[in-house]
Amino acid sequence: MRVLLVDDEEELVSTLSERLELRGVANDWATTGEQGLALLAQREYDWVVLDMKMPGLGGLGALKAMRERWPGLRIVVVTGHTSKEDYDAGLAAGADYYLLKPVDVDELLALMQAAGGKARP
Amino acid sequence: MGLWQKIKPPFWDRQGDPGTQGLNYRRLWKSTFGAAVAVSVVPLLLMTAITFYQFEQQYRLQLGDIVGQVHRLISNTRLQLGFFLQERQAALSYIVLENSFDQLGDPANLGQIFFNLKKSFGGFIDIGLIDSQGVQRAYVGPYALEGHVYRNEDWYKEVALRGTYVSEVFLGHRQVPHFVIAVKHELPDGNFHVLRATINTARINDIVAAMNIQPSSDAFIVNQDGVLQTNSRSHGQVLEKVRLPLSPSYHQTDVVQIPGNDGQPLVVGFARVEGAPFVLSLVKRTDILLEKWSFLRLNVLFLALASVLAILVVSFKGTTSLVTRLYQADQKRVAVLHEIEYTSKLASIGRLAAGVAHEINNPIAIINEKAGLLKDIIASRPEDPQREKFLAVLASILASVKRVSAITHRLLGFARHLDVSYEIIQLDKLVREVLDFLGKEAEHRNIDITVRMDDNVPPIESDRGQLQQVFLNIINNSLAAVSDGGEVNIAVAPSGPDMVAVSISDNGVGIPSANVKRIFEPFFSTRGAKGTGLGLSITYGIVQKLGGQIEVESQEGEGTTFTVTLPIRRQG
Repeated sequence: MRVLLVDDEEELVSTLSERLELRGVANDWATTGEQGLALLAQREYDWVVLDMKMPGLGGLGALKAMRERWPGLRIVVVTGHTSKEDYDAGLAAGADYYLLKPVDVDELLALMQAAGGKARP
Repeated sequence: MGLWQKIKPPFWDRQGDPGTQGLNYRRLWKSTFGAAVAVSVVPLLLMTAITFYQFEQQYRLQLGDIVGQVHRLISNTRLQLGFFLQERQAALSYIVLENSFDQLGDPANLGQIFFNLKKSFGGFIDIGLIDSQGVQRAYVGPYALEGHVYRNEDWYKEVALRGTYVSEVFLGHRQVPHFVIAVKHELPDGNFHVLRATINTARINDIVAAMNIQPSSDAFIVNQDGVLQTNSRSHGQVLEKVRLPLSPSYHQTDVVQIPGNDGQPLVVGFARVEGAPFVLSLVKRTDILLEKWSFLRLNVLFLALASVLAILVVSFKGTTSLVTRLYQADQKRVAVLHEIEYTSKLASIGRLAAGVAHEINNPIAIINEKAGLLKDIIASRPEDPQREKFLAVLASILASVKRVSAITHRLLGFARHLDVSYEIIQLDKLVREVLDFLGKEAEHRNIDITVRMDDNVPPIESDRGQLQQVFLNIINNSLAAVSDGGEVNIAVAPSGPDMVAVSISDNGVGIPSANVKRIFEPFFSTRGAKGTGLGLSITYGIVQKLGGQIEVESQEGEGTTFTVTLPIRRQG
């Protein structure tokens, strides 16, 4: 399993990456939606953990682009807080799961393992 | 004061309420009421006074007419009576002139003369001839009076002196009232004789009775001592003293107004009859005569009083209604402005809170990850002597991160929900979320808060944020009301097929019964300067907006229960 982490907070995303490494999960990280899309174009990932509040393309924009180009990709959206409208918009744009910050890394891993390596229908 | 308490306008004791904005409603009411009454009552009283004055004038005119009427009647009847007496005197004078003493002394001739008199004039009872010695020489009549001596009697002395005499009425042997007319005839040799006739009072009674054309009149004749010479309707019988508080003057004709024996107003006219000891009197009761005028006057007075009363009542009600509406409109306007201000403040606080929460979220997430990483690293070093301590410290850091995170999530959730937006809500969970905000205070003060939900309570369709506001406000009030160690019990249960009831009970100070009715009014506060008095009023408004109801029961010294009933499905 290979995971892509996308969050504009470098301290946060780099530490999360390290923690996943310690658990034996191969991963890469990016700090913008554009960087994330570039990495996705270069390599195959099973999961993307995507922060919704980012400058530039933004989480929603990146999510839509990812879903359009990689339909089988599993996307977990991470956010500080969501309203029903944001939640609905995220699901409509193609998010598979929603997690609130701060993310519990073991909860994230459990989610991924429970979903298995199955491709998104 | 009971009636005043019932009719007192609602704003009367509310001077200085924040909602009044300085307008003195009591003064406004007084000036409006005063103006309305003055404009209506003053002209009315003026008209009444004018009408009364005119009635009085008419009354006096009517009275004057009555006096004039009495005067005329008295004068005319007096003349009539005088004429009656003069007629008989003249007849006797003629007889005594035409007949010599000897002719008059002839019983047959006297009898014929008597017969003719009776036939021509009527009313004669007897006739007699008396000589200059006072001895009755001849007599025709029902009695045996021949030879009777009248020399020393007053009437004889008077007729001998004056030539003519009319007596007062007296009862004869047959107890029938009559009077006497006597005329003297002087002879050339200085001798004289007297012809005397007795006449009954029937004709005089008839003349007097003709004046009694109205039931309120009483006409009669009295002598100069006030003894009745004829019967009267209501002032005595013949030969009794007249029952009038008046001694008629014997020498003049007059009409006076006096109170009667029963205090009733009388017009009394009296006139002396020429050549007789008679005073003709006519008494009229003016209260009966002027009854209609009195009745009209009373009617006007009654109408005026009734009108004044009606004006007072209508002005009171109208003014009260007007000023009350103004007061209520002002209250509502100010309350709405405050609510807008309050909501706006809340929105600002919400935006601020959201901004702060967002800013805090990422650093918290970083702390979480860093601490988590340290924990991962330490956990992979079982040989490290400080491992357990490090793990314990890191666990504490991560727990604190979780607490902060929960607070920021709650803050963001609360701030977002300001417009009504419906979602499916589990009420017990919502209540517990609200309690999380207030949990610390309750814990520090040892206040026991319990939440109990019936098994069959369905989720409801409502607005999360607005409901959080409602329960936050009510539970806050409960915490303020209870002392340390007190209790707040929250129960959620169905209320009919379409509603759910949330009751929040405390064992605090309770609300005085006089205040319970006002607890949802804007600006009503028992906390003095601390409270705006708007919290429960806004809560009430929110519950109404959500299609529900809120009620309060309280016992001073024992506690208060607020019950919020909400529809299961959204209304409208």
